[in-house]
Amino acid sequence: MRTRLIEVAVGGFIIMGAFALVMMALQVSGISTSDHGDKYTIKAYFENLGGLTERARVSMSGVPIGRVSKIYLDTEDYVAVVEMEINTSMSTLTTDTSAAILTAGLLGEKYIGLTVGADDEYLEDGGVIEDTQSALVLEELIGQFLFSQAEE
Amino acid sequence: MSVIDTVLDTFQKIGHYGLARLQSLGRAGLFLLASIPWGGPGSAGFKDLIKQIYSIGVRSLSIIVVAGFFVGMVLGLQGYTILSDFGSEAALGTMVSLTLLRELGPVVTALLFAGRAGSALTAEIGLMKATDQISAMEMMGIDPLKRIITPRLWAGFIAMPILALLFSLVGIWGGAYVGINMLGVDEGAYWGNMQASVEFYNDVIKGLIKSLVFGLVVTWIAVYQGFDSMPTSEGISKATTQTVVVASLAVLGLDFILTAIMLGGV
Amino acid sequence: MSSEEAFVSIRGMSFSRGNRLIFDNIDLDIPRGKLISIMGPSGTGKTTLLRLIGGQLLPDSGTIKVNGYNVPDLKRAELFELRKQTMGMLFQTGALFTDLSVFDNVAFPIRVHSDLPESMIRDLVLMKLEAVGLRGARRLMPAVLSGGMARRVALARSIALDPEMMLYDEPFTGLDPVSMGITVNLIKSLNDSLGLTSLLVTHDVAEACSIADYVCVLSDGKVIGFDSPENLIENGSEQVRQFLQGDPDGPVPFHFPADSFSADLFKRVK
Repeated sequence: MRTRLIEVAVGGFIIMGAFALVMMALQVSGISTSDHGDKYTIKAYFENLGGLTERARVSMSGVPIGRVSKIYLDTEDYVAVVEMEINTSMSTLTTDTSAAILTAGLLGEKYIGLTVGADDEYLEDGGVIEDTQSALVLEELIGQFLFSQAEE
Repeated sequence: MSVIDTVLDTFQKIGHYGLARLQSLGRAGLFLLASIPWGGPGSAGFKDLIKQIYSIGVRSLSIIVVAGFFVGMVLGLQGYTILSDFGSEAALGTMVSLTLLRELGPVVTALLFAGRAGSALTAEIGLMKATDQISAMEMMGIDPLKRIITPRLWAGFIAMPILALLFSLVGIWGGAYVGINMLGVDEGAYWGNMQASVEFYNDVIKGLIKSLVFGLVVTWIAVYQGFDSMPTSEGISKATTQTVVVASLAVLGLDFILTAIMLGGV
Repeated sequence: MSSEEAFVSIRGMSFSRGNRLIFDNIDLDIPRGKLISIMGPSGTGKTTLLRLIGGQLLPDSGTIKVNGYNVPDLKRAELFELRKQTMGMLFQTGALFTDLSVFDNVAFPIRVHSDLPESMIRDLVLMKLEAVGLRGARRLMPAVLSGGMARRVALARSIALDPEMMLYDEPFTGLDPVSMGITVNLIKSLNDSLGLTSLLVTHDVAEACSIADYVCVLSDGKVIGFDSPENLIENGSEQVRQFLQGDPDGPVPFHFPADSFSADLFKRVK
């Protein structure tokens, strides 16, 4: 009787461990089933990434729709190339979609925000976003501000 | 005694102490190697493993869950106070979850485990040795390493990651309770920011790897101290203290090494 | 006594602990099927001798053959096999597993070493417990047993695997006269009925002499007497007789070696 109780308790213990792992995956790290769904890749060129990293969020109107999969430097034009994996459920990105590197809050992490345009055609796998807006670099902003003040 | 004699004497003492430490480390290493594989004269079975997971893991559950909840609540309070200075209370979930998953979950669980289960293991095995139970087993043709040590080592190895996961999970809930219900952090922001910044492999799995290592090391130290103790009541109490001290230091030291390796991109 | 009939045969065996020489090149033959009592002053290594025979300690030199196998040369697995096949040991404290009941204690070695069905194990265990008169106590836990009962349970457990040789490490220590009488008789009757070779380490000269076929007296790392108890008491060396009769002074001095008493008293205390 006692051994049975022990066995049941240990079984429960291991299930609790499995439950905790599943909770970690779903509730805490936000892995959802759509993450494993089909994706397609689009590219964008930026003058300055300002601290954007791989695996950063790609969102539209604040809703995550994909992740940054790869970042590298185009050695011909010396601009940063960002490859993004977008969930296929969001397959209706127009060709004139614009991409901007934004910051979550004042000190938060960088992410890419997409805004759709008005074109009739949609971006295919491997398509390139033409209209991009680089990260705001605080030093440049301050520099511009001082410059414009001095001109007045 | 001349100065040179004193100096030489000191060197000799240091050398002697160093050799003795090295020898005891080697003995502990051989002990571990002999104890990890299952099988051998009178080897323990699956039922012994279950019994040990019960006494090592299940019976540590209450202290782990309670401690996890309180640590999470404190993290929520402290984190809120610090983050609100920067106007970023919304990052509370991120802070609580990353702190727990990467550091406090594995480390505090290992420290509590060393105090709760480790000391009990040392005392149990030390007492078995002092009352000749281990010798009696040997004379029955049963290898005490295989019968007593192997299932305990594996039970520690299995139980620790589960305990650490539960600690972190309960801690995150504790932080959510304080942050959302008491301090008024937005619920969506707490969970949303957490989900955006916690990565399953980099944070959850690496934390689990840490606790696997801690589980093995703490249990190893505990059973070795018990097995190597002087078979007297004084020897057992000394070994028990030694287990908690050595295991705690080993956990903290290893934590630094593991963190350095993991942040180094391994 | 020829070496064929010796169950345990020790040749040129030396053993030291730290700087202290416990056994100095001793030879000893334990004849098969006899009850041998090993005696000697405290600290002469009687228990150590049992542990050397059981392979729990390794000698510095020499051979210890048990049933033809040289114990120090055996590999770990072979040693465990030899212990399982031929040896049983009763420890001074009984060494019962405190978390198991009396029944489970006796059943433990059988369960570990065999795949017998539970009903057969039950029969075997009850048989062993009946032999020590404790069949009725099978459900008790070791903590509630008296010292004498615990030792009898331990005895039942050590004969559970039907050993050929029994090693008794001070089985009479701390027993009341009745329990001691029971234990003495049990050891004798087990030895005779099961045809065991028994090695009995003890301080109780009268009890040991009453049941032993041979008495082996150890002192200062040597065997100083090995004969039947009657012969030893009559013809043994002075030292042996002093020990067997318990004289306070004699060849074994009452005083620990020291300077002369008067010199010690008048020494200036620094």
